[in-house]
Amino acid sequence: MIRIALPVLLAAFAAAPALAADDTFSLVIQDHRFDPAELVVPAGVKIKLVVENRDATPEEFESHDLNREKVIAGKSSATIWIGPLKPGRYPYIGEYNEKTAQGVIVAR
Amino acid sequence: MFATAVIVFREVLEAALIVGIVAAATRTIPGRNRWLAAGIAAGLVGSALVALGTERIAGLASGMGQELFNATILGIAVVMLAWHNLWMSSHGAALAADARGVGKAIRDGRRECSVLLVVVGLAVLREGSETVLFLYGIAAAEGNASMSMLAGGIAGIVAGVAVGWLVYAGLLRIPLRWFFTATGVLVLFLAAGMASQAARFLVQADLLPSLASPLWDTSGLLPQSSVVGTLLHSLVGYDARPAGMQLVFYVAVLIVIAAGMVWVGKFGPGPRHTEAVS
Repeated sequence: MIRIALPVLLAAFAAAPALAADDTFSLVIQDHRFDPAELVVPAGVKIKLVVENRDATPEEFESHDLNREKVIAGKSSATIWIGPLKPGRYPYIGEYNEKTAQGVIVAR
Repeated sequence: MFATAVIVFREVLEAALIVGIVAAATRTIPGRNRWLAAGIAAGLVGSALVALGTERIAGLASGMGQELFNATILGIAVVMLAWHNLWMSSHGAALAADARGVGKAIRDGRRECSVLLVVVGLAVLREGSETVLFLYGIAAAEGNASMSMLAGGIAGIVAGVAVGWLVYAGLLRIPLRWFFTATGVLVLFLAAGMASQAARFLVQADLLPSLASPLWDTSGLLPQSSVVGTLLHSLVGYDARPAGMQLVFYVAVLIVIAAGMVWVGKFGPGPRHTEAVS
């Protein structure tokens, strides 16, 4: 499996810059809250989500609806690719601070 | 405190299930307890290191280091589990027939045990590092809440380990005749589920196309956050909204390992092969 996957991976690496273009959206984590709490993105296209964690402690961006999870270290940024999404609401949480860290991505 | 316990429990559960199944699957191999303990210890040390290095790992491969790291760990675990199943397909019956094993079995068993150590270590490392980060966040928080939340964390760890132990004890009750077939099938699905998770990370990093996102949506029927959904996710790789690529990886690994087991020629080494030995 690995032997087959490697060339595919390398090819994907080479192709990556071409894909990274317009659809970049930003989220900020501060005081264990997401800002904006509701982010509208276009449906049907792949989205590059850049999450900046301004807190000192790490956070885990997690969403079963988006099928995504990623740890974001304190005072750092992370990129998460999502979609293409069907129109709808996709809630997500910061798993380490579930009470306050809640947000939703709306695809239109 | 309860919320903390639930989060830690979820993280620990996956590793505990893997350790429980692997421990059962290798029960006849001489000296496996020491290897198991070493694997868990190495995994714990590793998870602290990974937690410390989160930022550095994340920064690799133009911000996709975490995804590549997770996918690599899962990929190695899949290969090791495949190797284990093939090895058990050819040696399992002999070991079952004579639990103490003969010279060659012990020598082979040692290599098998190092495979086991790697699988257990990686499982603990992956889930453990997230738990360490979470508990670190709590410890770093100010206020009186942190003591009770740390207590919750410990409760979560204890509960997770307890479930792993229950799975292990339950598996040991399976009659020896079916035992290696049962653990072989469990390990097979465990490996396929890990391959699917690896694919998800590579899609998340935009290194592989998703093919379909999602391929299906059964979150209304069986939410992944439910108890049954979580268990099935850990055991057979259930995903309520998988990407198409995940199914490709899942099926490919399932077929390759199953074909390998059949090819080694002793799939279901229970009665048939035991007779051949005796």
